[in-house]
Amino acid sequence: MRSPILQAATKYLLPILLLFSFFLLLRGHYYPGGGFVGGLVASIAFVLHSFANGTESTMKLLKHKPLSLIPIGLGISATSVSLPLLFGLPPMTGLWFDEPIPVIGMIGSSLFFDLGVYLVVIGVVLTILFTIALDNLSDKT
Amino acid sequence: MLLTVLSGLFFSCLTIPFGKMLKTKWSILLPIVPLLLFAFFLTQIPLISSGNSLYQHINWISSLGVNFDFKLDGLSLLFSLLITGIGTAIFVYARSYLKGHRYYDRFFGYLFLFMAAMLGVVLSNNILLLFIFWELTSISSFFLIGFNNDNAESRKSAITSFCITGLGGFFLLAGLILLGNIADTFVISELIQAKDLILNHQLYPVAVIFLCIGAFTKSAQFPFHFWLPGAMKAPTPVSAYLHSATMVKAGIYLLARFTPILGGTPLWNNTLMIVGGITMLYAAIHSLFRIDLKGILAYSTISVLGVLTFLLGIGTKEAVTAASVFLLAHALYKATLFLVTGIIDHETGTRDISLLSGLGKVMFPVAIAGSLAALSSAGVPLTFGFIGKDLIYEATLHTPQINFKWVLTGLAIATNVGLVAAGFMAGFKPFFGKLPQQFAGVHLPYTSMWIPPLVLGVLGVIFGCAPGITGHLLTEQVAKNIIHHEITAPLKIYHGFNQVLILSLSTLAVGTLVYLMNKASSRKLAFIARFKALSPEQIIIGCGEDLLKISAWATSLSHNGYLRSYHLKIILFAEALLAYKLWHSGSISIDLNMLTQPGLYEIAVALVFVGALGIMVSTSSRLTAVVSMSIIGYCTCLIFVFYSAPDLAMTQFTIDTLSTVLFVLVLYRLPSFINLASRKILYRDAAVSIGFGLILSLIALKVWSEPITKDISHFYGENAYLLAKGKNVVNVILVDFRGIDTMFETVVLSIAALGVYSLIRLRLKPTEKE
Repeated sequence: MRSPILQAATKYLLPILLLFSFFLLLRGHYYPGGGFVGGLVASIAFVLHSFANGTESTMKLLKHKPLSLIPIGLGISATSVSLPLLFGLPPMTGLWFDEPIPVIGMIGSSLFFDLGVYLVVIGVVLTILFTIALDNLSDKT
Repeated sequence: MLLTVLSGLFFSCLTIPFGKMLKTKWSILLPIVPLLLFAFFLTQIPLISSGNSLYQHINWISSLGVNFDFKLDGLSLLFSLLITGIGTAIFVYARSYLKGHRYYDRFFGYLFLFMAAMLGVVLSNNILLLFIFWELTSISSFFLIGFNNDNAESRKSAITSFCITGLGGFFLLAGLILLGNIADTFVISELIQAKDLILNHQLYPVAVIFLCIGAFTKSAQFPFHFWLPGAMKAPTPVSAYLHSATMVKAGIYLLARFTPILGGTPLWNNTLMIVGGITMLYAAIHSLFRIDLKGILAYSTISVLGVLTFLLGIGTKEAVTAASVFLLAHALYKATLFLVTGIIDHETGTRDISLLSGLGKVMFPVAIAGSLAALSSAGVPLTFGFIGKDLIYEATLHTPQINFKWVLTGLAIATNVGLVAAGFMAGFKPFFGKLPQQFAGVHLPYTSMWIPPLVLGVLGVIFGCAPGITGHLLTEQVAKNIIHHEITAPLKIYHGFNQVLILSLSTLAVGTLVYLMNKASSRKLAFIARFKALSPEQIIIGCGEDLLKISAWATSLSHNGYLRSYHLKIILFAEALLAYKLWHSGSISIDLNMLTQPGLYEIAVALVFVGALGIMVSTSSRLTAVVSMSIIGYCTCLIFVFYSAPDLAMTQFTIDTLSTVLFVLVLYRLPSFINLASRKILYRDAAVSIGFGLILSLIALKVWSEPITKDISHFYGENAYLLAKGKNVVNVILVDFRGIDTMFETVVLSIAALGVYSLIRLRLKPTEKE
C-alpha cells in the first residue's frame, strides 16, 4: 500500500533531511551533533524514502549498494588517523588548516574522521535494514 | 640480517600476484632466492669462525621489550646454512617434483614463508621475537603438511602436528616470559649474563619444564613424537626440508641456545638425558619394523633427534661437539635419503621396501646418492657420519657420571645399531638385488631431481674426508656457543686404535647383521601395530577426544539455540555479579534534599512511561509491544532533553526510530504470536526482570551517594578547546581524545553489517549444506 501523501512528502523531506544530517556532522565539533548522529539521521531519511516508494526504488536511487559505503568510510577514518604519521607526528594528532573556511568553519583532520564515521554508520544501518527488507520481498514473490 | 628474514616473507607475498607466471618456465627464478641467502651466509663464515658475532638491533615495540634483535654466531650460522643450503636443494628438487601441480605457486609461497620463519628463529637474539617466528614455523608447516588438502588423512595429520606443536608453543611462551621476568630482559645475550640469578630463582624448575615441553613437542621427543610419522603425509620435499633438516631441529636449536642460560644443573641435564635416551632407543627399534620408506626415515629421524637431545643433556665439551657434528651429518644424509625416497615414489609409485629392489640398474645416479647417504648414516669411515658416531661414543665414555658410563654407552650403541640398519634399509635395499619385472620401465627422473640428493650425498663424504676444516670453520664455534668454553680438540678421521674405534666398528658390524637378518614384511608391521593401544599417541588422542566430548556437553548446556535462554543466562549472570558487588559496597543512603523537585513535564513523561510499559507487558500483539517500547525510548529522550543532554537525546531518538523499523522488518518473518509460556515461566521471567531493574536503580542511587572524582571531566572540559579546538566535549572525546576507540567501534559495526549481509544473502543449495 503506497500513500501518495508520504511519497510527495519524502520528495522534499529526503534532501532536507540529508542536508540536516550533513549540518549535524559539520557542527559536531562545536555544538550537539557529530558523525554518528548525522549518519543515523541520513539513514532515517533513506528509510523514510523506502517506506514511501519501496526498498527497490531506494536502492535504485542509491545506485550502489550501501555496503560499499563501509570501506569508503573506514578508509577515510583510517587515513585521517594515519595522516599525521607523514608529518612525523603520532597517529591521531589533530591537523588543522590555519584559516577558517566560509560557512563550514575550521577544518581539521578530526572532521574527516567524523566524515568516515558518518559514512560507515549510513552503510551499516542501510545494509542491515535493506538486506532484511529485500529478503522479505523476495520471499513474498 | 633482518633483510634475510624479510626477503623470505617478501617473496612469499610475491607468489600471490605472480603465481601464474611461476607455473611457466619462470619458476627457474625460484631457487635463486635461497641460493643468494646461502651465499650471504657462506661469506660470513670467516668472520664467525674467528670467534666473532654479528649483531643487529632495530627498535620495534620497545615498551614491551620486543625488538628486532638479531645475532649471528656459530650456532645460528650452522642452522642458517642448513636452512638456506638444503633449502636451495629442496627448491630445485620441488620445481620438478611438483611440476604441473594445481597449487604449484601456493606451495612455494608456503615454502618461502617457512624458510623466513626458520631463519627468524635461529637469528633472533630476543626471546619474544624468537617465539613469534617459532609460531610462524608451526603455522607454515601446517599448510605444508596439509598441502594435499583433498586427502582427509593429510588434513588430519596437519591438524595433529599443529595441535602438538601449538601446545608446545604455549608452554614455550610461558617459559620465556617467566625467564624474561626473572632476569628483567628479553635479550638472549643479556640472559646469559644473568645466569646465576636465573639458576637460583625459585621458579627456575618451572621455566625449565615449560621450555623443555616447547622444545620436545617441536623436536618430536617421546611422548610427543607421534606427530612426525603422521606428518609424512606431506609431499616428500616438505618431509625432506621440515622433518629432517630444519623444523624438527628447531627444538634442538632451542635447547642448545638455552644451555648457556639454563644448563649445567642436574634438573636440566637429567631431563634431557632421560627424554632423549628414551626417544632414541624407542624410535630406533620402531624404525626396524616399518616397511614404508618414509616411515623408516621418520622413526630414524626421531631417533636422531633423541640422540641430539641426549648429547645436549650430557653437556660436556665432547658431547656438545658431538651434537654439533652429528647435527650437520644427519641433516646431510637424511635430506638425501628423503629426496631419494621422493624420486623412488615419483617414478615407481610405491614406497614399500618389501617390493622395491634393483632400482640401481635403472637410476644409477640416484642409487649413488642413496648409498652414500646410507653409508654416512651407518657411520662408515671416511663419511661425515663416522666422525659423528665416533664423537658420540667419546662423549658417553667421558661422561661426568662415571657410574652410568656404560649404561649411556650401551644406550648409544643399541640406538646406533638400529640407525645403521634403518639407513641401509632406506638407502641400499631399493637399489640392490634383482630388478622386478614391474619396474623394468622405470627411468631416471628430471636432472634437477637427482642432482640435489647427489650433491648432498657427496658433501657428506667431502666433510668426512676433511673433518678438520669443517670442524674449524663451523662446528667448533657451535660447540663454543653452546657451552661457552673454548673447544680445542680438532676433528680427526683417525684417533688411533682405541675403545671408541672398536665400539664404532662393532656397531657397524652388528647393524649390518641386523639389516641382513631383518626381512621387511607386512607381518612385522601388524605385530608392532598391536602395541598401538599402549602408545602415547593413543593416550593423547584419547585425551583430545574426551576434551571434545566435554566441550560438546558444555556447549549443549549453555549454547542450546534458544534466544530466550541466552538472554536469561546473560541477565542472571550480570545480576549476580552486580548484586555481589553492591552487597559488599556498604549501605545506601539517599539524601532526599539533593533530588530535584519533579516538574509538570517530568510527571507527565513518567505517566506515559508507565502506561507504555503496562501496554507492552500485557499486549498479545508483537507490533503493539514494539511500538510501546519505542514510546518508552522517546520518553527517555525527553528526560535527556529536560536535563540538558542534547547529544544523548538526539542519538537515543534516532536509534529508537531505526530499531523500531528493524523490529518491524524482522517481525514480518515471525509466525503470529501465541503465548506458550506457562504461568511458572512467566513468574520466573518477571522476577528476573524486576530484579535487574531493581539492581540497576540501586546502582544509580549508589553512584549519587559516592564521592565523585571529577578529574577526568575537568581534564576534558579544560582541554577540549585547547588541544582539539572543539567546543562540544562529547564529540571531541569521540573523534579526538578516544578516537582509536571510535575507529574500532566503527570496525565492529562494519563486521556486524557484513555478518547480517552474508548470513541473509548466502543461499546454500540443499546439497551444499553440511
